[in-house]
Amino acid sequence: MKCRVCGQEACIGLRAYNTALCADDFIFFLEKRVSTTIRKYHLIDAGDTPIVAVSGGKDSLSVWHILNRLGYPADGIYVDLGIGDYSRTSLVKITQMAEKLQRKVYVLHVRDIFEKGIDEVARAIRRVPCSACGMVKRYVMNKICIDRGYNVLITGHNLDDEAAALLGNLLYWKDEYLWKKSPSLESKDGHLSKKVKPLFLCSEREMAAYAVLSGIDYIYEECPFSVDAKSLEYKGILNKLEESSPGTKLQFIKGYLKKIKTGKEEKRDMAYCETCGYPCYGDKCNMCRLLERFHIEKGMDFDEYGGSSLDSNQTMVT
Amino acid sequence: MCYEKAVKVELEGKIYDVEKPMQVSRLLQQFSLSRETHLVVVNNRLVTEDHRLEKDDQIKLIRVVSGG
Repeated sequence: MKCRVCGQEACIGLRAYNTALCADDFIFFLEKRVSTTIRKYHLIDAGDTPIVAVSGGKDSLSVWHILNRLGYPADGIYVDLGIGDYSRTSLVKITQMAEKLQRKVYVLHVRDIFEKGIDEVARAIRRVPCSACGMVKRYVMNKICIDRGYNVLITGHNLDDEAAALLGNLLYWKDEYLWKKSPSLESKDGHLSKKVKPLFLCSEREMAAYAVLSGIDYIYEECPFSVDAKSLEYKGILNKLEESSPGTKLQFIKGYLKKIKTGKEEKRDMAYCETCGYPCYGDKCNMCRLLERFHIEKGMDFDEYGGSSLDSNQTMVT
Repeated sequence: MCYEKAVKVELEGKIYDVEKPMQVSRLLQQFSLSRETHLVVVNNRLVTEDHRLEKDDQIKLIRVVSGG
């Protein structure tokens, strides 16, 4: 196949777009799509101070890399879940990227708080690891934004993640989640930071190709606790559809974005945790209940890597 | 036709021998993999499905799907 732009040998075929591109033109093509998504959905504006939730995987490291290339300087936040070699290798990849970008990355070690890894924490509260992981990550990432003055939290969720989640919500008619998928979730009264997904329209295959072509050293291994995740099954089904009908996933998500219901009010009354101020539906948030259960009173200390040559204040988008 | 087993393929940490010559699309079929879920890197270069593999090529199949 030849590159549609320059005519040289292509390195990737993009059947959803009926095209093929060489390395340079593909990188330009993908970064332009991310840039367009950011502007179209007002994900990051001038004066914002963004921070990227990084895991060491292709999506989060790539979005961090892309944002800094596009002129959106951003620091990183990593939650070390204490999953043996998987977490250690992830941290190495993340600090390497922080060094390359000359940006700071905050690290919170779950073992420093609970004296156990996320799987043991989950077992103690009778949850599956993915559920406990999500709860802790959401809390910690919001906390770093509120405490350190970052007003936009960026995640590496891609088109396939969103399509799989949407399929799951549709199959079981989870009405409470169905219309909440969006490239941007707005902040709440200084308690909850704005969350944005610049890779909303970029497929998982495109993101892996971008990482390979940009020399991004990411962790290939899968989280050992996600092996049986339902989302992987949904992704498999969607990829079979994509194989026979290219562009299906993109049309699924683009169609959804057009149909999103706006102005739908929450039925339940949102309150704020009396201990930490995090939004919740009772007196206390799940994280504060968890800390209480383990009799933990100490605060959360973040390690900081990289950024030594930078000012201590985070950089604003101009 | 006589095939020489000269092409090494790396997939998820394991090395496999495959017959050559063949196109990348055929290689994916042999491993029962989809082009939607795997990228093919030949001699450290990402290639398209119509790329023809040569003797002594170093091939890596990269799974793109992650979950959780």
